[in-house]
Amino acid sequence: MAEKPVSNFSSGEKPTWDLYSKCVHCGLCLDQCPTYRALGTEMDSPRGRIYQMVLVDQGRLALADSFVTHIDRCLGCLNCQTACPSGVPYGSLLERARAQIEENYPRSWLQRKVRSHFYGTVLPSFGKLARHAKLVRFYQRSGLQGLARGTGLLKLLGVSELDALSPRIESDFSFADLGRVYPAEGKQRGRVALLIGCIGSVAFAELNRATIRVLTRNGIEVHIPRSQSCCGALHLHAGYLEQSRTMARHNIDAMLKPEFDAIVTNAAGCGSTMKEYAALLEHDPQYAKRAQQFVVKVRDISEYLAQVGLVEPARRLKARVTYQDPCHLAHAQGIRSAPRQLLKFIGAEVVESPRADSCCGSAGVYNVTQNEISMKILDEKMGYIASVQPEIVATANVGCMLQLSTGAKRKGMNTRVAHVVELLDEAY
Amino acid sequence: MPVNLPGLVEHLRKIAGRDAVLDRPEDLMLYEYDAGIRKSTPGAVVFPQNTEQVSQIMRLATALNVAVVPRGAGTGLSGGSIPQEGGLVIAFSRMNRILEVDVENQRATVRPGVVNLQLSEHVAHLGLYFAPDPSSQKACTIGGNVAENSGGPHTLLHGVTVNHVTGVEVVLPSGEIVYFGGKAAESYGFDMTGFMVGSEGTVGIVTAITVKLLRKPEKIATLLGVFESVDDAALTVSAITAAGITPAALEMLDGWTLRTVEAFCHAGYPLDAGAVLLIELEGLREAVEEQAVAVTEVCLAQKAREVRRAKDEEERALLWKGRKMAFAALGRVTPSYYTQDGVVPRSQIPAVMRHIGNVAKKYDLTIGNIFHAGDGNLHPLILFDMRNAEQFERVLSASTEILEFCIQCGGSITGEHGVGMEKRDLMSRLFTEEDLDVMISLRNAFNGRDILNPQKIFPMPRMCREITGPSQNPVLMQEGM
Repeated sequence: MAEKPVSNFSSGEKPTWDLYSKCVHCGLCLDQCPTYRALGTEMDSPRGRIYQMVLVDQGRLALADSFVTHIDRCLGCLNCQTACPSGVPYGSLLERARAQIEENYPRSWLQRKVRSHFYGTVLPSFGKLARHAKLVRFYQRSGLQGLARGTGLLKLLGVSELDALSPRIESDFSFADLGRVYPAEGKQRGRVALLIGCIGSVAFAELNRATIRVLTRNGIEVHIPRSQSCCGALHLHAGYLEQSRTMARHNIDAMLKPEFDAIVTNAAGCGSTMKEYAALLEHDPQYAKRAQQFVVKVRDISEYLAQVGLVEPARRLKARVTYQDPCHLAHAQGIRSAPRQLLKFIGAEVVESPRADSCCGSAGVYNVTQNEISMKILDEKMGYIASVQPEIVATANVGCMLQLSTGAKRKGMNTRVAHVVELLDEAY
Repeated sequence: MPVNLPGLVEHLRKIAGRDAVLDRPEDLMLYEYDAGIRKSTPGAVVFPQNTEQVSQIMRLATALNVAVVPRGAGTGLSGGSIPQEGGLVIAFSRMNRILEVDVENQRATVRPGVVNLQLSEHVAHLGLYFAPDPSSQKACTIGGNVAENSGGPHTLLHGVTVNHVTGVEVVLPSGEIVYFGGKAAESYGFDMTGFMVGSEGTVGIVTAITVKLLRKPEKIATLLGVFESVDDAALTVSAITAAGITPAALEMLDGWTLRTVEAFCHAGYPLDAGAVLLIELEGLREAVEEQAVAVTEVCLAQKAREVRRAKDEEERALLWKGRKMAFAALGRVTPSYYTQDGVVPRSQIPAVMRHIGNVAKKYDLTIGNIFHAGDGNLHPLILFDMRNAEQFERVLSASTEILEFCIQCGGSITGEHGVGMEKRDLMSRLFTEEDLDVMISLRNAFNGRDILNPQKIFPMPRMCREITGPSQNPVLMQEGM
């Protein structure tokens, strides 16, 4: 201890003593961590991951394969952050660890290509994203997908799970909505800017349209600011801090306007990242203050609707519904009661399953990159869901929806999986 | 002890499976800690999935003379699951099934890796629960609870783990699998089950546990007594029991600690209080209501500023969240803390609290207090920064002085965390050499070559034996209390 240890992190943004010393290694996070429950190894627990960051910073562990493996395996679900009495800022430690990995760890040629193409080229540009999405749509609609599935080619290539998880690309993308304004129906009660999202726009455009309908029918005028971009969540969680900052600035310019009461999103991951903009840009003299103002206005759709209050629904949802908390809503934003309230308001019988706020294993692209662990986590989750025999599984994030649908299929369940907004849309 | 015995890891892989053994340094470093302050890196970690594998592992370890330590979730505070340098860790995270719930007999049989709270959650719909409730119950395992004979706030009324275990399956160092007890409440002959509980993994490895499940009480009342000073609260503890009431739980938080905890849990603890008592009563509706009135009167007579009662389950849960998360919540204000687990007769609580205050001043340290006041089970939390070696020396001295005072008061050095590594050298202040020899002979009858969790519980040879204190037979002492 006497000699100052030489850190294996490079200078710049890294996990620091101030952040990780809050962890008193009590272990209360262990059983809340889906990967620890699935694998049972300390390296794949939050306490263990923090300790590995400490070891790298102390120079005892190399920033190499082993460290990368266990940091890669983290879902970033932040269940541990909710469980932590000590206030360890795990999310920010993870982002910094991933930034260090991106900076210092040589991934394989293929991984590098795929990652830089996806994060660097496709996501930041709605235009490029649309062209890619059309290709995937062609694969899905042309019969190629059916052919690939039917011939067992996918199984042979070991990608059948991935194929099942990939979102079905919609016919109409939300990009066409950019710049539009949807007037409130009836008495106007508010005016919001809506983030349409990157993946959301190509795979969940219908959900975006449902969001607009629910808002306008509840007296809210909806603007789709033209120059908005991807929120940067996927970049942030993958360790591309600078790219996510660029997108944050972009969205602040596009959506921080005095006429908007709120900046609304229907994706939990986007909401949580947009609420992080202030922290992300705290050292940016030009944007720091505006980022704070932006954060104050960000609302998840359920949070916003619960806040302004719903009008009487046209139809009541007479069904037994279990709500599964998206991690980035419950753990990152602390929003748990709003979606449940909304469901009850439109008439649903809301039943609580065990571990409703435990990650389903979707976690952005985790179910693609760490498919085996993801499926293990999903199967555990589906067992809890099945135990309360719901007619509908409701959630509030598109990634979770896809994952839970896959889970229902794996378990042979006939249960419908729906976004809270979809159910609201049916009621209005 | 050799670090990498040739063939050990290969044999372990054959026994437990290829992905069930860790032997790379970068993985082993993750098994060098628990929730306490000691560190020591094992030579291998194995994750058995059944009793037969544990048996084969023990046979192998004995043949190769490798030190073995069982590990649950690593939430212990006395170093119980810290391996001997280069030794073998048997981790139970993959032996975590609830094997049976016997509703009629109110018993459950579980594997050691089952998380304490999971058992209660699993049987909640039957109106049952598992009573021992250590603050780490969200993560700690029942195997660990058995090893350390863990307690928790509600052990005041219901007793510690040993009162709730009726049977165990044990693997001995020879690899032999034996069964002690069963579902019956009382055992006949030697109480081997009782002997296994609290033996800290030094006589055998428990691979299945049959525990009692209690019926949830009809009524629970949770009161918060707010006091201007630690002294007033401390005096109230014995006043409550003197009034003929045994609360289910009777916990104290001093002012400094409750202010720190409040920042995390927003339980509604009064920020300007000198101390609070968290008092829980349970039983039949009428009895609980009567006791709640009586306890309130006692508190007010002992200069409580006010006594609040949780109005619903939500408020109750918040008050308990504050209590149960308190230790770890200190991470908000300190990089590290060292907690002790001394026990005093409850009439001595005021004296020991004053002593702790003096020790804090003497060593220039911050010491928070949050503990099982009803049991006289103290948990002074001494804050430190591991980067400051000189300060850490003061922490250890302060801690020893507090425990010595507990012994002087007629108490002991551990209530529920176990002796482990950290308090083994204090055992000779509590027991005579003859007492310790009997215990060591007993251990040796099972674990004669000392390969099971060596260096725990008993003072190290050539250390401390010369500082033998007066004979303090715990049984006689309890009778005198």
